[in-house]
Parts: sequence; structure tokens; C-alpha cells
Amino acid sequence: MNLGYYPGCALHGSSNDYEQSLRACLGALDVTLAEIDDWICCGATSAHSLNHKLAIALPARNLALAGRQGLDEMFAPCPMCSMQLLRASQAMAADARLRDEISAMVEAEIPSGPRVLNLIQVFQRVGLDKLKTAVKTPLKDLKPACYYGCLLVRPPTVVDFDDAEQPQSMEAIVTALGAKPVAWGSKTECCGAGMTMAKAETVLRLSGRILANAVAHGANCLAVACPMCHVNLDMKQGEAAAFLGTKFDLPVYYLSDLVGMALGLSPEALGVDRHFVVAGGAN
Amino acid sequence: METTSGAEPATSQIESLSRTHLAECYQCGKCTAGCPVAERMDIPPTRLIRLLQLGDSDAALRANSIWQCVSCQTCTTRCPKSVDCAGVLDALRQLAFERGTLSPAERRTVLFQKAFLDNIRRHGRLNEIELIAAFKGAVFLRDRSLPFLFRDAGLAPQLARRRKLHLAGEQAKDRGVVARIFARAANGGAQ
Repeated sequence: MNLGYYPGCALHGSSNDYEQSLRACLGALDVTLAEIDDWICCGATSAHSLNHKLAIALPARNLALAGRQGLDEMFAPCPMCSMQLLRASQAMAADARLRDEISAMVEAEIPSGPRVLNLIQVFQRVGLDKLKTAVKTPLKDLKPACYYGCLLVRPPTVVDFDDAEQPQSMEAIVTALGAKPVAWGSKTECCGAGMTMAKAETVLRLSGRILANAVAHGANCLAVACPMCHVNLDMKQGEAAAFLGTKFDLPVYYLSDLVGMALGLSPEALGVDRHFVVAGGAN
Repeated sequence: METTSGAEPATSQIESLSRTHLAECYQCGKCTAGCPVAERMDIPPTRLIRLLQLGDSDAALRANSIWQCVSCQTCTTRCPKSVDCAGVLDALRQLAFERGTLSPAERRTVLFQKAFLDNIRRHGRLNEIELIAAFKGAVFLRDRSLPFLFRDAGLAPQLARRRKLHLAGEQAKDRGVVARIFARAANGGAQ
């Protein structure tokens, strides 16, 4: 399977462990990635907070570049990027004048596709049966709290993926890998997202609640599919614990880490050794 | 009563930016009930919408709460009347930013969003180190807070050890087109 690939800024920045993980994991599943040539930032929260037009134009430029490369599917492993791409695409699909205007703004013809996929959808495309048969090292000791956060499932009118309140798609994947996901209450609560720098306390409070809820329900790790969630729950885990006056020791895995480890890849090959919290204590 | 100065009434601008009908809201309070940061808000989402329905956009535009919002989309998802509440908060932020009616207490968040966009305008892709320096510098010029300036400085060596620190940063090749997109959005961005 060959997919268009829009890494987004985080995966080429401090979340490059996520890119290492998904490249290693998807490589082992014969999924090849065609990176969009000269992609630009989607604008993220800053654009949709301060300039509505920019929040459509920046993702639209990337949709146009994907179209130029003849890609009809585009894998965006960051849910912020993926939501912004979908939002722009839908806004222009509903309004031909807007499409013309944005097309002039970004100096490129904007195709009506391409389809935007998140990481979970890529694994669904590979197929749970195929994953199951490819497992070499079942993750029988892992009890992950599958954490979806916000933008993988919200707003459902835009992302149209799984159930917005009680998603189960990640649980289905980790179960196929031999893990035993826990039932818990914070799977779609917000971790504080892009406020890590601007409002650190918000992130510590929200992420702390999520980590505490995972522990209370018997999880021994978290599974995520978002670079920002990983930063807030892994890098900020020590601070969040101190903020709540407690201690956490909860490794936070990208979903591709778990698939990769079950396929027999080493933690080092997946970049798991580069996380802040690793199994058996802080790194 | 529409009290905000400006060519177009703020409420109609907010409706057009967020593509939503404020009159649809029947004040059930579900948006506030599910909001992860409502406890910290001076005016929670349900009341922000009510203020807009009553035409008091000034109070809504000055609220701290529009900058407390983490854009988690829970309010929009749970609204029984399909009001895009998170979209309304986006529109309020944009107008407050454009009209300069920012709550002084929330200036830091705005400085971050501005520094982020400025970074993208110049490079096409985010340069994290430069963003941190620009944001911290801008906050320091306003607040003169040394603890804030050096907060997180201890993370740098830890990130470097994990090969997560990139001093150079990536750039898009065609930065000209990025600059032109930003210029065009600045000209017609509010509409």
C-alpha cells in the first residue's frame, strides 16, 4: 500500500520519535509513504484562533500539492493537521466561490480530494486480521488505556471517525496485538493540547487528571495517536504528577510503537527509548 | 444593544465567521457542562453565547474565557442544536485580536499564537527553538518575569539527549508563496 504522507511540523520537530515509530512500523507492514513535496504548516490552533481565512488557506495549499502529485489519499498522523485538512476540504466542497478564492490565494488548483487518513485508519486499512497474523510478540503484559484525546474523534461533523464519545477502534487494534485494554473514563478528555507553552498550568491540570484516571482503572501504559498528546502525557508527566502531588510511572506509547513491538521490532528501532517515561521508570 | 464600534456589528461577523446561528441556542448548558476549563472561566460558553444573542458582544470580546478555551471541540460535539460553539469562540478570538479588545490577563496566549504564525509566515514550517525564543522574549518584554523566561530551560538538555532538539529547523522551499498567502489572508482574513 502506498499512501500520500503529510508529516506536519511536530513530526519533523520534537516529535520525531513519532515519525521514527510509524516509519519503522508501517515499513514492516509494507506500507510505503510518499511525502508531499514542499508541504507547509497547517496553521494549527494559532491560525484558527486568529485568522479564519488562513486556517483554510494553509491546509488547502497542502491539499493542492497532494493533488499535483496525483495522491488521492493522504495520511496525516497528527490529528490537528488531519482535522484542519478535513475542515478546509469540506468548507471548499460546500462553497464553490470559497474554493476559487482560496485557490487564487494559494496559487494552485485545489482538487476535491484527497481523502485524509489518521493513524488508526491506516491500521484499519492494513486490516486487523493481517495484523493479528503478523504478531510475533503478543503484548500480553500490557494493559493500555487507549487515549483518543480530542481531534481524532471531534468534531464528528468534520472528522467522521469512530464514536465521538465512546470510541473503540484503538482498543480493537491493541486487542489484536494481544494486549488487554482497560475500560476507563478519560479517553476523549482534552490533555491541554497546544497550550503546553502558553498556559502550562492548564496542561498539567488536564493531563494530570487523564493520567490519574488511567491509573485508577488499572492501566499500566497509555496508547496515543497524536504528537501533542504524547508531549503532554509523556514529557510533562513528571511535572503533572508534581502538580497533583502524586507520582506516575506510565509509559506513553504511540499506537505504532505497540503495533511495531508486537511485530517484533525493538523499542530502539521504534524510538521508544527516546520517550521521557520508559517501562521500569523515568528515562 | 450592539455597542461595539466598527463597520459591521460583531454578532453578524461572528455568525458569518463561525457559520452558525446564535439564535439556535436554547441555553441548555451542555457546552459548559462538558468544558474541561469552564471552572477557570469568567464567562463560560453558555453565557458567552447568551451575551451575543442579546447583542452585548463587548462583554464577550473582553472575556478571559475565550483565551482559556483549549479548542477541544467538546461543546460543538455535544450541542443538541448544532451550534458550533468552538467555532464561535474562534470567531470571538479573531475579532478580539483584530479590534484590540484583548483581556490583559490573557495577553500571553495571544503572544504565543502571534509568534507561532509569524514563525510559519517566515519559514513555512515551524521552527520550534525560534518560536520558544520569540514567545519568551515577547512575554519578557511585557512582564519582566525571569521565572517565566527560564521555565522549561531545563528541558533543553533532556530533549537534546533524546535527539528531539533541532537548532536549525526545517523550512519550506517555496517560502515566497507562504508569505503571499499570509499577505492575502491579512487583507481579507476577517471575512
